[in-house]
Amino acid sequence: MSVTVTLATTRRILAQLRHDPRTIVLLVGVPTLLMVLLRYVFDEPRTFDRVGPLLLGVFPFVIMFVVASVGTLRERTGGTLERLMTMPLGRLDLLLGYALAFGLLALAQVAAVLAVSLTWLDLGLRGPDAALVLVAVLDALLGMALGLFASAFARTEFQAVQFLPAFVLPQFLLCGLIVPRGRMAPWLEAVSDVLPLSYAVDAMQRVSTEPGFSGLLLRDVLVVGGCALLALVLGAATLRRRTG
Amino acid sequence: MNSAVGVRDLRVARGGRDVLHGLSFDVPRGAVVGLLGPSGCGKTTLLRCLVGVQEIQGGTVTVLGAPAGTPALRRRVGYATQSPAVYADLSVGENLSYFAAVLGAPHGDVERVLDAVGLGDARGRRVATLSGGQRGRVNLAAALLGSPELLVLDEPTVGLDPVLRRELWELFRALAGQGTTLLVSSHVMDEASRTDRLLLMREGSLLADAPPDELRARTGADDLEDAFLRLIAEEDR
Repeated sequence: MSVTVTLATTRRILAQLRHDPRTIVLLVGVPTLLMVLLRYVFDEPRTFDRVGPLLLGVFPFVIMFVVASVGTLRERTGGTLERLMTMPLGRLDLLLGYALAFGLLALAQVAAVLAVSLTWLDLGLRGPDAALVLVAVLDALLGMALGLFASAFARTEFQAVQFLPAFVLPQFLLCGLIVPRGRMAPWLEAVSDVLPLSYAVDAMQRVSTEPGFSGLLLRDVLVVGGCALLALVLGAATLRRRTG
Repeated sequence: MNSAVGVRDLRVARGGRDVLHGLSFDVPRGAVVGLLGPSGCGKTTLLRCLVGVQEIQGGTVTVLGAPAGTPALRRRVGYATQSPAVYADLSVGENLSYFAAVLGAPHGDVERVLDAVGLGDARGRRVATLSGGQRGRVNLAAALLGSPELLVLDEPTVGLDPVLRRELWELFRALAGQGTTLLVSSHVMDEASRTDRLLLMREGSLLADAPPDELRARTGADDLEDAFLRLIAEEDR
């Protein structure tokens, strides 16, 4: 592992994004727009206060999943991954480089959504703003790490996009956003207990309803962070220097 | 051990089909060696073995005294794939600066390799806006970064006009003069005469491993294309 190579990789990915302003606008603007839509679809501050923070946990997760899986797939199919594998670059250098670049992007995304939500949309939060930012960025990193991992199983960008419904929608349905997890059938609740997005949404719920940083919030944050790390390690295992 | 590359009984299967059937050869240090053969004969697979990204089924591949793919070799071997492996959405300079940072290449190396491939004035252009031949040269420039001792180049002159092709071969010759070993694949026979030694491949086996003059003398052919055809006819008989 080398800090120089990791930072060079982050710089390179950010440079690629800089050449693609439309993607940046979409990444930062779409979640904000959705939040505005949500506020006026409910048109009732109490419901928005309940659902808004949950979606703040889901948006970065979903968007980073897509961006990361397509981005790394391009690296695989474009031959640049093979070139890097012949160079003195550790697999973790590459993945951490991606994590850092997309983490910064997630920060910008969350900052934009939060700024609009807390001012214009008047979202009510009882917990600290910093906790919400932390959870949202961890969600984004989890989405990114799962996207990296999923991209190993896709041969084409077509397939990579199909992984979004396959990896993400079941978690979305079971995370407690649509039906609270306690009210699901026991076997569905058991499934939702092992899905990382459930903890992300739980954490967001706590930030919005509980003042301060509780022990249970810390547990949720650790679970989400741990899952992101695990997915990153699994992603590293799928990057092979030698292929058939 | 004075050869840059030593390959013994190398066997590779891809997709359940044997692609390389027990190849053995050496590449002397400081030589320009051509790897020639029809498209699909296994040239790229062989080159991938040398840079350590191909799974092999048998045999040994030794590069600069170490098994191919050893971490210490990753700074000493430069590799350019046939289709340009660079980021199309970045500028030429951004691409090369990134690869230079990964390699830990000395300051100023990006200018040096850009001049070497004749792309000095394209540094700020995005790769996506370059012609196919220019992209190929960016790809080659990336392989030259860090002045590796062995250069493995897969069809570096494909799609280039004759003037550029001659310039690149002059570059290869100059690099060899400085002690670099080059293994260059091609399917154009008229490039073969510019090499010190030729590896002729066909269907995963080596037909010949000799200097161009010796091949011409052995087959009694005037040009190398003819020599190649006679070798095939000999083998089929």
